[in-house]
Amino acid sequence: MNDIVIAVVGLLFTGAAGASVYRIVRGPAILDRMIASDMLVTTVICVLGVEMVYNEHTRTIPIMLVLALVAVFASISVARYVSKQSADIRPAGRSPQARQRPKAKGRVKKR
Amino acid sequence: MSIDMILDVAASVCLILGAAFSLAAGIGLIRFPDALSRMHAATKPQVLGLILVLLAIALSERSWAVLLTLAPILLFQMLTAPVSAHMIGRAAYRAGNVDERYLFTDELDEAIDRAQDQREKEERELSEREQRGRDD
Repeated sequence: MNDIVIAVVGLLFTGAAGASVYRIVRGPAILDRMIASDMLVTTVICVLGVEMVYNEHTRTIPIMLVLALVAVFASISVARYVSKQSADIRPAGRSPQARQRPKAKGRVKKR
Repeated sequence: MSIDMILDVAASVCLILGAAFSLAAGIGLIRFPDALSRMHAATKPQVLGLILVLLAIALSERSWAVLLTLAPILLFQMLTAPVSAHMIGRAAYRAGNVDERYLFTDELDEAIDRAQDQREKEERELSEREQRGRDD
């Protein structure tokens, strides 16, 4: 019974990891790739936990701890880089409400 | 049916639930259209799935020492996940990765409008004051 559970869990986690790898490869923007790689790290943490439950040891808890601590830095640094790259490219008034509002004087609103 | 067996079954159920959350997040990551909705899908297993997996570890090991070392993992993940989600959402909005057709309202856009109006006004006042200073 335990083996069946582990097989099912392994299949589900393989699907999740495959989906995030697909998004990393296909992702149209760099931020989609960062979201997907964040989820890949989370999947790795969870799989380490599953392996500990299956083999009944606790040796990989420090690895889980370090991954949970460090996973945040990649997405933060990439997010900083992206916003610096394109902070002034974003046109004003992109939202539906902004287009319905009367035009502000002196500023051209592009869709 | 002994207590050990019940705890093992509970751990298995937790593992399967956590894995199902991960798979749901993966499907959402593939199917959802833009960065914000993908982020919404991807952050579910980051906390909920991890809680379930850690619960399964605690249920199968059954010792206080293991529980005490598992707590910081969850704590750090819960502390850092909102930070990265905030940064990525902010960058996605600024870089134009947010598809506005899926938004009902965009309050940040109104705030940016107000800030830009305010800044234009202040710049105009500043240049007028400089003009007056030069005239005097």
